Amino acid sequence: MDFNFTEEQNMIRDSLSRLIREQYDFDTRRKVIESESGWRPEMWAQFAELGLLMAPFSEEDGGLGGGPIDAMVVMEEFGKGLVVEPYVPSVVCGGGFLKRGNDAQKEEYLSGIMSGETIFAFAYAEPRGRYNLADLETTAKKDGAGFVLNGHKAVVIGAPWATHFIVTARTSGDRRDSKGVSVFVVAKDAQGVSTRDYPTVDGRRASEVYFENVSVGAESVIGEVDNGLPLIEMVTDEAIAAICAEACGAMKVAHAMTVEYSRQRKQFGVPIGKFQVLQHRMVDMFMEHEQSISMTYMATLKIDEDEITRKKAASAAKVRIGQAGRFVGQEAIQIHGGMGMTDELAVGHYFKRLTMIDSEFGNVDHHLKRYTALTEMDLPAAAE
Amino acid sequence: MNLDFSPEEIAFRNEVREFIRENYPKELEGIGTREDLTREQFLAWHKVLGKKGWSTPAWPEKYGGTGWTSTQRYIWSEENARVDALMPLPFGVAMVAPVIYTFGSEEQKQRHLPGIRSGEVWWCQGYSEPGAGSDLASVKTTAVRDGDHYVINGQKTWTTLAQHADWGFFLCRTDPNAKKPQEGISFILVDMKTPGIEVKPIKLIDGTHEVNETWLTDVRVPVENLVGKENEGWTYAKFLLAHERSGIAGVARSKRGVERLRTIASEELVDGKPLIESQDFARKISQLEIDLTALEFTELRTLASEAAGKGPGPESSILKVKGTEIQQRLTELTLEAVGNYGAPYGYGMENAGNEGFGVGPDHANFAAETYFNMRKTSIYGGSNEIQRNIISKMILGL
Repeated sequence: MDFNFTEEQNMIRDSLSRLIREQYDFDTRRKVIESESGWRPEMWAQFAELGLLMAPFSEEDGGLGGGPIDAMVVMEEFGKGLVVEPYVPSVVCGGGFLKRGNDAQKEEYLSGIMSGETIFAFAYAEPRGRYNLADLETTAKKDGAGFVLNGHKAVVIGAPWATHFIVTARTSGDRRDSKGVSVFVVAKDAQGVSTRDYPTVDGRRASEVYFENVSVGAESVIGEVDNGLPLIEMVTDEAIAAICAEACGAMKVAHAMTVEYSRQRKQFGVPIGKFQVLQHRMVDMFMEHEQSISMTYMATLKIDEDEITRKKAASAAKVRIGQAGRFVGQEAIQIHGGMGMTDELAVGHYFKRLTMIDSEFGNVDHHLKRYTALTEMDLPAAAE
Repeated sequence: MNLDFSPEEIAFRNEVREFIRENYPKELEGIGTREDLTREQFLAWHKVLGKKGWSTPAWPEKYGGTGWTSTQRYIWSEENARVDALMPLPFGVAMVAPVIYTFGSEEQKQRHLPGIRSGEVWWCQGYSEPGAGSDLASVKTTAVRDGDHYVINGQKTWTTLAQHADWGFFLCRTDPNAKKPQEGISFILVDMKTPGIEVKPIKLIDGTHEVNETWLTDVRVPVENLVGKENEGWTYAKFLLAHERSGIAGVARSKRGVERLRTIASEELVDGKPLIESQDFARKISQLEIDLTALEFTELRTLASEAAGKGPGPESSILKVKGTEIQQRLTELTLEAVGNYGAPYGYGMENAGNEGFGVGPDHANFAAETYFNMRKTSIYGGSNEIQRNIISKMILGL
């Protein structure tokens, strides 16, 4: 057992941390998220230059030979800086699918993802599908050698900045069948693709994405036709580990800001941090953050284990982090008092991001249910 | 003890329901209560009620109260909540008016109460300061006597909707040498058009402009605007806070919120089935409703004891703590219910070149923003930590 980071991972953390401190301060971020485009392509280019976008890919694929732990290191720093650029959509999700694609697909897309020139968004959620990855109304019908896509994808994070989409669609079976789901790469500028772009409450950008008779070739299918769900679940679990790490970074800062504020802010002649009722709550925040780090490590380290182990680990982490994020966020605001409610203080922005992480890729209830179902499946046969 | 409405009370309910149905402004229907409305929208229902004589049911009759029993007042709030009515804001009706009619001069009563009743005059509250939040008694804004004027200097903050206000009530220090911070504070009414007042917006985390900083520089206010006695403003301030607390429970509105949550949960789908059929979620709603019932009966007991002549006492802190916890839980569950469509930022749509909202189902609009906004409720009106201190000190004697 070893909980140490490699030298490369420590280097990534240090250089990214410096970059964020120097160029991603809160006021700059605030201006950027209110600007028309909502992000900084030049920042994305710097992330690429630092090697962040290639960190989790194998050397064989042209990456730095890292993996989920490298993504975790990056995401924790991104959480501390409330980075809005689309690392999870493009590198973790887009890259996650394509590194498991065929040679031609790897050849075509991976180098672009790693250089930052190709940007993916993951179009999986649907207006009536909630968190069920197989609950799809988007269809892909066989048409000659290729497919024709029709459907509406909801709240596709990072879509306004994307060049390509990973799209999940039903190729056969009934609406929620686990069989009959396939994964496609679709260029954003393909005929029949349209988007409606908007900001999200936590400072990012998303789109409703519409597919109207979009023709794609057979080479656009990632993995097996009709058997895409296991792949989708695997990539989604990786994304869950990544946003758990992001939440850890955000909790760390929200907690540190709160402790610092309680030292500075005086009421009744003393710093409010002297009040035991607030001390204990800040201790609880600290413990929630520590438990979250543990769960994030656990889920990240189990990504390559067998399917049930991996799924249970991801769901367990997501449950714990959803709860911790809510507690830490709410208490951070409460202890800051009125100041915590203002847009000009960073703490409220951490609270908002932590709130939204809970509903990304399934909320607490969804993952409790998934964990329970997996546990039942995993019980020894002796139960029969 | 019994819980039934008498035939008279049923008749009253029908009368009220009918009146609301016929007179509630059409332009307000369906907008609920939000913080980004215009002055006219905020005041529309208030003005109708003012004409009818129903804008200030809780006041003593001789100042324009309706003389309703506590049961009738309960019916009144229930009926308004049924249509999500935008009720008169508390700053005039429920906050400064009770101070004026209890401690104010005859002239102050005649001058100010009619405008509050009719909804013509908008009031704001100048209590908190950057250094005086939970520790309200440490206010530093000064009012110095100069002939027949006070000259006020200082900075107030969190002045809710002061951008619309005609008048404000301010806590100012009139005796800087008083022994205790609670002594030497005065309660002064200020015309917001007086030179030297500057109201600057504070943007909140949900994107709204609901509160302000209010800067006062050499603001000259006639001495007759002092309420009660000089240096005894803390007594009136506390009296007002107890009134504010009891109104803050928001039972009827939360009940309506639970109903709305049920509707949302029956429209949202999980694996093709309504969310409300999921036992996990249904139980969360049940728990909320049970907590709300406990609050409702606690409020009814409080109203009954008020009707028996006791003013709102430290018990009103229970209503504030429990009421705001329920309001927050309600918005938390509503956000949870709408799933992925909590993410679109309603107040930011225009920035991205969108007209109107139109992303996701209507019931999801502003779910996250409302949840963010409602975090304020455990902070304002005396934070919930302060309310627990009050209960601990005043009721438990610790």
